[in-house]
Amino acid sequence: MLRFILTKLGVLIPTFLGVTLIAFSFIRMLPGDPIELLAGERGVTPERHAQLMADLGFDRPIWEQYFSFLWGILQGDFGVSFTSRTPVLEEFLTRFPATVELAGCAIIFAALIGLPAGIIAAVKRGSAFDHTLMGISLAGYSMPIFWWGLLLIILFSSPDMLGLTPVSGRLSALFWIDQDTGFMLIDAFVSDEKGAFKSAVSHLILPTIVLGTIPMAIIARQTRSAMLEVLGEDYVRTAKAKGLSAMRIVGVHALRNALITVVTVIGLQVGVLLAGAILTETIFSWPGIGKWMIDSISRRDYFAVQGGIVLIASIVMMVNLLVDFMYGLINPRILHRR
Amino acid sequence: MIKKGLLATAALASMLTMGAVTAQAKTFVYCSEGSPEGFTPALYTSGTSFDASSRNIFNRLVEFERGSTIMTPGLAESWEVSEDGLSYTFKLRPGVKFHTTKYFTPTRELNADDVLFSFNRQWKADHPYHKVSGGTYEYFSGYVSFPDILETIEKVDDLTVKFTLQKPDAAFISKIAIDFASIHSAEYAQQMMDAGSPEKFDQEPIGTGPFQFVSYQKDAFIRYQANEDYWSGRAPLDKLVFAITPDAQVAYQKLAAGECHLVPYPNQADLASIEANKDLTVDSQEGMNVGYLAFNTEKKPFDDKRVRQALNYAMNKESIIKAVFQGAGNAAKNPLPPTLWGYNEEIQDYPYDPAKAKALLAEAGVTNLSTNIWAMPVKRPYNPNARRMAELIQADWANVGVDAEIVSMEWGEYLSRSQKGDHDTVLLGWTADYPDPDNFLSLLNCASAKSGGNRARWCHKEFDDLFQEAVKVSDPEKRTQLYEQAQAVFKEEAPWVTVAHSVVHKAMSNKVVDFRIDPLGGHVFYGVDLEE
Repeated sequence: MLRFILTKLGVLIPTFLGVTLIAFSFIRMLPGDPIELLAGERGVTPERHAQLMADLGFDRPIWEQYFSFLWGILQGDFGVSFTSRTPVLEEFLTRFPATVELAGCAIIFAALIGLPAGIIAAVKRGSAFDHTLMGISLAGYSMPIFWWGLLLIILFSSPDMLGLTPVSGRLSALFWIDQDTGFMLIDAFVSDEKGAFKSAVSHLILPTIVLGTIPMAIIARQTRSAMLEVLGEDYVRTAKAKGLSAMRIVGVHALRNALITVVTVIGLQVGVLLAGAILTETIFSWPGIGKWMIDSISRRDYFAVQGGIVLIASIVMMVNLLVDFMYGLINPRILHRR
Repeated sequence: MIKKGLLATAALASMLTMGAVTAQAKTFVYCSEGSPEGFTPALYTSGTSFDASSRNIFNRLVEFERGSTIMTPGLAESWEVSEDGLSYTFKLRPGVKFHTTKYFTPTRELNADDVLFSFNRQWKADHPYHKVSGGTYEYFSGYVSFPDILETIEKVDDLTVKFTLQKPDAAFISKIAIDFASIHSAEYAQQMMDAGSPEKFDQEPIGTGPFQFVSYQKDAFIRYQANEDYWSGRAPLDKLVFAITPDAQVAYQKLAAGECHLVPYPNQADLASIEANKDLTVDSQEGMNVGYLAFNTEKKPFDDKRVRQALNYAMNKESIIKAVFQGAGNAAKNPLPPTLWGYNEEIQDYPYDPAKAKALLAEAGVTNLSTNIWAMPVKRPYNPNARRMAELIQADWANVGVDAEIVSMEWGEYLSRSQKGDHDTVLLGWTADYPDPDNFLSLLNCASAKSGGNRARWCHKEFDDLFQEAVKVSDPEKRTQLYEQAQAVFKEEAPWVTVAHSVVHKAMSNKVVDFRIDPLGGHVFYGVDLEE
């Protein structure tokens, strides 16, 4: 077990270094000068431009800038965003709970529908249900998120249509609750404002569906194919021959083995969702890290972008590591493989 | 009898208080277009940050009347300008209170120290707050170049401040009405410095304005409440919320669903359906801006004014405006918008006349001209679709035998390369910072030709002399005359094609009472009310 963990960790270090290098260099390769962008139509004199570059430390040799970035990270200092003039880590941490909340709800939604749908489709292979489900999941998989989000808003939120859910944001503007944890569901629940929790939940519904649609389709399809593969194995036939109930064969024997693929898929999806559901966050004015990253890139806020990417990548790596450990729990053979 | 009367009064009073307590607080929700960079206006440059800070939390010595460009006393009750135009003495308004909030309780009222603090922080490199929050003070040091204008700022007494200038600047009063010149509390600054957290000063603002800051949830909400002690009278609204909603389509849906009361930048395409909705209204006003096409006058053949005039004649402005602005723009003949004083009504624009254009080109000896048109990659108030505009200009110029290639690139790159003069012709524009012709015409003077802000790279002696003269004199009539002459020179020399002044739209709920569109592009909520 220890050896397993050490090997996994050993791979992480070069990956992490690679990420810092990419994060650092990619944003600098983009054309566009942050100072020009800040000045806009007014322009900036060459002297003032040079002065500002020096103030931000961009006049130093590029390798020196990189190493000071790396050295900062090791000390937990990700630099200061030059648009908001606040530390990048603080900017990240204030927004991350919003992303986690949305991603968590979306993945739960996706798994709750995708898993059973995939299992049923596999068991009833070739049936009308199977075909319908696979059709729907193909549509879900190829759904243009922006269009889908706006469509749901118009359908569910417009007062002329159903008028059931709020249009965007995390909470009605009428509630003035403190942001203690950053998780709106928790903050609203512990606040003494009546109706705040209900408002927080209703604000989550549409973004959860929109963000959960693609993962749901992927999970359904992967579960179906993994189940089909397992159901064709010898031991399943043996189990059938032994006269075990269909429920037991599918639920206990087949599912556990099929889960390895499914957990991988879910794990990867969690990574993708945490990395910022950029479109969903933009449509629903959801104050998470995806939207923040996009804003920072368009402003060429080098420090925010490089720090943000490293932080996001670290989290994705952690999630993947966790998924690796979970394999071990589901399938002990992996741990003991030499 | 007297006793009875007293009792009745007491009963009435208690009923009134009860009524006030039970009445629903008036909360105004503004679907703002983006997140502010922060709350100290001097540190930032975007209108979004100014709306969230200077325009509702702070005051300046001199302000613009709501919904107009008329200067009105702000924190300064009155001011005097010396004969030579070099010194300005401001009398501060007595009894002005700073906000009392959860995080700060002022012990004194506004005085000269606050004014000195607010300017010196931006000016003096050794000021304890100069480096806080990594301030670069773009307006103070860059756009209005106060370090080149100011000589001294002195406290004469507690309620009198004197500014001495290095050289006369007729636009000085307009300039100190801009957001960056907002007045902060020196006492609060000191308190935060003593507590070892000076950066808090910029994140949790304390001002003297009609609304006080309550909280900011990044990218989600900014909350304010009415300042009970506002020197000009309490705001009719109790609470003000900025619900940050960057997507205009979503903002419109929120407006329709009653989740917010005002949308600052509705999509052009949604205007008709907003107007058709009986619960909503659209207000419009001509914006203080100009969209233009600048010729690089340093490059051949654009150094010849006949060529520039010819290309002016060759453009069918009306049809371009119809296509690009869809009715939300008016043809421009001057570099100044007509809503600004000093606008020269007498000027005749170049009419659409391809034959005349061809004749002028022939006269200048230009045949088979091939050139480029730079089109901005972004939507701006003065030009909602530069690419489309460039295509129409390209077609018009082709009719007179000019072959133009459209060039587009990333916005930051566009700005920086056009500043260096890499273009032949470039589409750009300007929105006023302060309501003075100086603000627009400085884009065309020799100093900005050198620094690059003047995209025509046009340095014309006669124009520049008139411009310089107008900055020096303080008599408004004389200044108007000088600016009118400068516009005549500009039109004859044609360094730009002045394309359009756009119209700005605000979509709002019918419940909103007395919102006035700010010609300078801000969103001010003092004086706004909500109908029950």
